Amino acid sequence: MHTKIHTLKKALMAAFPHTLPIFAGFWFLGITYGIYMNVSGFNVWYTLLMSVTIFAGSIEFVTVNMLLGAFNPIQALAMALMINARHLFYGLSMLDKYQGVGLKKLYLIFGMCDESFSINYTADVPKEVDKGWFMFFVTLLNHIYWVTGAVLGSLFGSLINFNTEGLDFVMTAMFVVIFMDQWLKEKNHISSVLGLLISLVCLIAFGADDFIIPSMLAMLDILTLLRKHLEPTLKEKSE
Amino acid sequence: MTFTQQIITILMVVLGTMLTRFLPFVIFPANKPTPKYIQYLGRVLPSAVFGLLVIYCLKNVSIFTGSHGIPEAISIALVIFLHLWKRQMLISIAGGTVCYMLLVQFIF
Repeated sequence: MHTKIHTLKKALMAAFPHTLPIFAGFWFLGITYGIYMNVSGFNVWYTLLMSVTIFAGSIEFVTVNMLLGAFNPIQALAMALMINARHLFYGLSMLDKYQGVGLKKLYLIFGMCDESFSINYTADVPKEVDKGWFMFFVTLLNHIYWVTGAVLGSLFGSLINFNTEGLDFVMTAMFVVIFMDQWLKEKNHISSVLGLLISLVCLIAFGADDFIIPSMLAMLDILTLLRKHLEPTLKEKSE
Repeated sequence: MTFTQQIITILMVVLGTMLTRFLPFVIFPANKPTPKYIQYLGRVLPSAVFGLLVIYCLKNVSIFTGSHGIPEAISIALVIFLHLWKRQMLISIAGGTVCYMLLVQFIF
């Protein structure tokens, strides 16, 4: 029992610093979301229910709009599938890493938002820290930040009066850092450069609301075409 | 919308989101060997996806109107500089964010 608590504490302490930027970002976004829910006429219970069960930022904002419109469950399902399609790539990338962590795996997959995925994929977990619990706490802390932010925004949003303009940049900064960490680790940068270029081209071609799925399809196509060239370089790295 | 319709709408969104998260794990379960092609994708996709996430964060920046993306460019340059220099995630992120807030609140 004592060693179990020790393991958990160690994992929590190791995970916490990695989640600090997300704490800032999720409280900002979560509070914004709570305020938005409130002014759209939904009380704190709706905010709590949605932030706990959906736990994926952008679709939660879209859901508010759908709740205000006509009842259309198929559209709700289709929107969620399209906006969150990028999670399919996260899952493919985490097939190995989420293996052998026991029942925690279900929660890790449930809570696999952009931020949890990015940290759990790139973080160098110290040898003496249990990897499964580390990833569990990263996911749980992020989930807690999001839910508490949303609830606080819903209850007290109208009382905030210091200037938070620009705080949302914390997410951009975090993804730039994660992109760099991955860049500094990898042997060749073909996939990183492709990711930036394809997304940028698709953003220009399809616009801010519709570029994710074309980007994903183009990435799949091009990375599949490059398999013969890229796969050997990957093997070198793992040996 | 009635209360029941609202709950159904929320459930459909939960279902859609969970499908995108669980599907890969359901199709390629841990107790069966994952096809080589999928393993390959699992190793090359993350780098590309991190690129996508960076662009995703910047998707509403307009080069031609407003502040022309200058605060974003300066702040990202600072993040890159800090990160190459100190390699401390929190310093890089905090530095870039404070820089951006100062720029959009006081200069642009």
